[in-house]
Amino acid sequence: MSELLQFLFSGVTVGAVYALVALGFTIIYNASDVVNFAQGEFVMLGGMITWFAHQAGIPLPIAAFLAISITAAIGVAMNKLAIEPARGAPIVSLIIITIGASIFLQGAAQLVFDKQIHDFPAFSGNTPIRVGGATILPQSLWVIGGALAVFVGLWIFFTRTLLGRAVLATSNNRLAAQLVGINTNFVMTLSFALSAGIGALAGVLATPITLTAYNVGIAFALKGFAGAMLGGMGNPKGALVGGFLIGLIEALTAGYLSSQYKDAAAFVVILLVLFVRPQGLFGRKSTDRV
Amino acid sequence: MKMTPKLATLLILAALVLLAPFLFPSNFYYRVGALIFVNSIAVTGIVILTGYAGQISLGHAGFAGIGAYACALAPAHFGIHPALAVVLGAAISALLAWLVGRPILRLKGYYLGVATLGLGILISMMLNNERQLTRGPDGIEVPELGLRALLKGWGLDLTNGQFWYYFCGLCMILGAWLALNLHNSPSGRALRALHGSEVAARTVGVDVARMKLQAFVISAVYASVSGSLLALQNKFITPDVAGFMHSIEMVTMAVLGGVGSVLGAIFGAAILTLLPQVLTVFAEYEQLVLGLVMMLVMIFLREGLLPSILRKLRRKGE
Amino acid sequence: MTASRDTQTTLLSVEGLGISFGGLKAVNDVSFAVKPGEIVSVIGPNGAGKTTLFNMISGVYQPGAGRISLSGEEVTGMEPHLLARRGMSRTFQNLQIFQSMSVLENAISGFHLQERGSVLADLLSLPGSRRRAKAAEEGARKLLARVRLAEAADREAGNLSYGSLKRLEIARAMASQPKILLLDEPAAGCNAVETEEIDHLIAEIAASGVAILLVEHDMKMVMRISNHIVVLDHGEKIAEGDPATVSRDPAVIAAYLGAEAQTGGDHA
Repeated sequence: MSELLQFLFSGVTVGAVYALVALGFTIIYNASDVVNFAQGEFVMLGGMITWFAHQAGIPLPIAAFLAISITAAIGVAMNKLAIEPARGAPIVSLIIITIGASIFLQGAAQLVFDKQIHDFPAFSGNTPIRVGGATILPQSLWVIGGALAVFVGLWIFFTRTLLGRAVLATSNNRLAAQLVGINTNFVMTLSFALSAGIGALAGVLATPITLTAYNVGIAFALKGFAGAMLGGMGNPKGALVGGFLIGLIEALTAGYLSSQYKDAAAFVVILLVLFVRPQGLFGRKSTDRV
Repeated sequence: MKMTPKLATLLILAALVLLAPFLFPSNFYYRVGALIFVNSIAVTGIVILTGYAGQISLGHAGFAGIGAYACALAPAHFGIHPALAVVLGAAISALLAWLVGRPILRLKGYYLGVATLGLGILISMMLNNERQLTRGPDGIEVPELGLRALLKGWGLDLTNGQFWYYFCGLCMILGAWLALNLHNSPSGRALRALHGSEVAARTVGVDVARMKLQAFVISAVYASVSGSLLALQNKFITPDVAGFMHSIEMVTMAVLGGVGSVLGAIFGAAILTLLPQVLTVFAEYEQLVLGLVMMLVMIFLREGLLPSILRKLRRKGE
Repeated sequence: MTASRDTQTTLLSVEGLGISFGGLKAVNDVSFAVKPGEIVSVIGPNGAGKTTLFNMISGVYQPGAGRISLSGEEVTGMEPHLLARRGMSRTFQNLQIFQSMSVLENAISGFHLQERGSVLADLLSLPGSRRRAKAAEEGARKLLARVRLAEAADREAGNLSYGSLKRLEIARAMASQPKILLLDEPAAGCNAVETEEIDHLIAEIAASGVAILLVEHDMKMVMRISNHIVVLDHGEKIAEGDPATVSRDPAVIAAYLGAEAQTGGDHA
């Protein structure tokens, strides 16, 4: 029983990171219909920049703030330089552009930083908290709390603020949003900044547990995407639930089946979801118009 | 005989294979050439799947992995001749593509991309983890094909590098010939039709699901053969052959050169294979450059390099 | 007129067809029949459900209720490519041309059912494959001549004028030698000359024994060429009959706010 609880704890912790990545996917997907395969690199950048700044002597909170701001700026640059010029391109092209951006950012991180594995201290120490025979690290609580806080923050932003509603309107109908005077380019910029910032936050929160290196991004991107898809592409609630579910499935697979194939579990689930319910758990079916 | 685009492409490829060695500064370039041809074979499969039928796969390296490991494992475990192992690998790849393709190809766009990506990663994960069989990430040796010795017996004495250069070149041309045949055939037209408009293709009677599946299976066989040739040539193979990066490279080569045409895609394969070889000094910048090239070409030369260049030349000519 | 329609020779029959999108009834309980060589038009104000009806009949949408039969055989919800084998073909309101192909290749694509064979034969370019392709090309050239596009055969389809593309779509649809052809606004966006060309083309096709089911906004054209008209409004059939009867029908006039139907009536 305590064993199961332990697996659940670790599943919820990684799940929270996947949920943050999935939320990042969702924001960009809603604003631009683009699935950003470079989403995982934002997580990598969040961790790497924080480590770099911290070991240079900058206090951890400021280093983290710097990392999130710089990553958000990189997200905006990516939108301006790579996504906006390719508007209307076929999906194959967009997939290659965002994968290209992902490889480019990895290459840049290798050059600017290095190829080693890094971490920085946990925020509230490393003394495990005992709960019902299992233990959980304080940093796990930071990660889980971070994911929930971001979700609530986004929910308030999208439903309660004028700007958030403008973003929603743009995702529903770009042309109509332009007609009622919404600056859709600004909405795109904002979405990329927000999405990249959330990714970086995930990296900042998770690095003390998962460690970071220039090449960790792709795995986060794939799992986060799996979570977003499981929940239903474009649905923030789905992204949150889907991310946590992927984390749990992974931890349970590692615990009870095979730790080597824990990464496979996410994909098997995704393939099953795609065949049984392609619109995901919370998505709606769409009909093509001809 | 009328000079059709098909004939022109085949002649250009044959001329390149035969004439390039005169420019080689060292024997090392036979090996680079052979690598280009091996990649070209996989990329020709991508042309059929993505260029003709408009379907994306981010997991085709998985089939290359099956082809490669068939050559390593089948001779050792079943005593099969390596040449037959190539056929066996292709058959397994085709069967797997057929089984998995049925459900997967109902998906579109990003979903298809991620589903195929997942398939590729599962295959690469198995090659990494099933150590008793594959010996895991460290790789496994592959037996000699034996064709070079046979040729020597017939009086044709080639160095190892030369043999693989010409043999892979021949296979590439054969693969290009099949793909070009398909392009203007009834099946090829049906594929290109469903690429253009799926609903219109259906109404003229195209069984869209069946045609997509055929393209998927054919392209899987191309990838498998490419993997087999790589393994036989190197006499050693690691699970990287099935890795995500290899899948991405295949698609990028095809799209870089021009996924709509066999010659364009092979051009792309040549460039992306040469780039790291020529720029070995810049090894650190390899990822940076690769990522940049992918983005720039897709933004500015959406059809790919070769079609864009040809279009510019044609305009100048007018 | 309706009562005397001979059910024995009915080619297409639609009974009680309906579909809902998100709880909204887009088409509800629509029935009518089409005989060989007959031109039947479906008219109605914008949003009346005409294209949705077409999409159900041609297998693009799965109907929520009712049944469709073709040559006496039930084909409700059957996939479009299977309907094509049974002799149904169609064009689209917003063109669905194969843009990256040449005009000729677009027309050849229409011969898919006649030219298709084993993919292995196609890969190896076996004589059978080449023979089939050649026969399809000859047929396609003849069809292009019939829709006056013979000269444009080698041009990229995407570069053609709108009216030419409309004719190309009809040619492609005719290639499968259908028993019934569904035309979704073949004259929409065309100028007067182009409209007249399409008008003649439709009459010619019908004269060759092919039944035509037409959705069209150009009332003059509809009244001139139709044998029978079905009027939809808000997804329901509100009237049916020959052009003269329909154009006098008070419900139809009300649906169109009078104007359009009146001018149409003058021409009938």
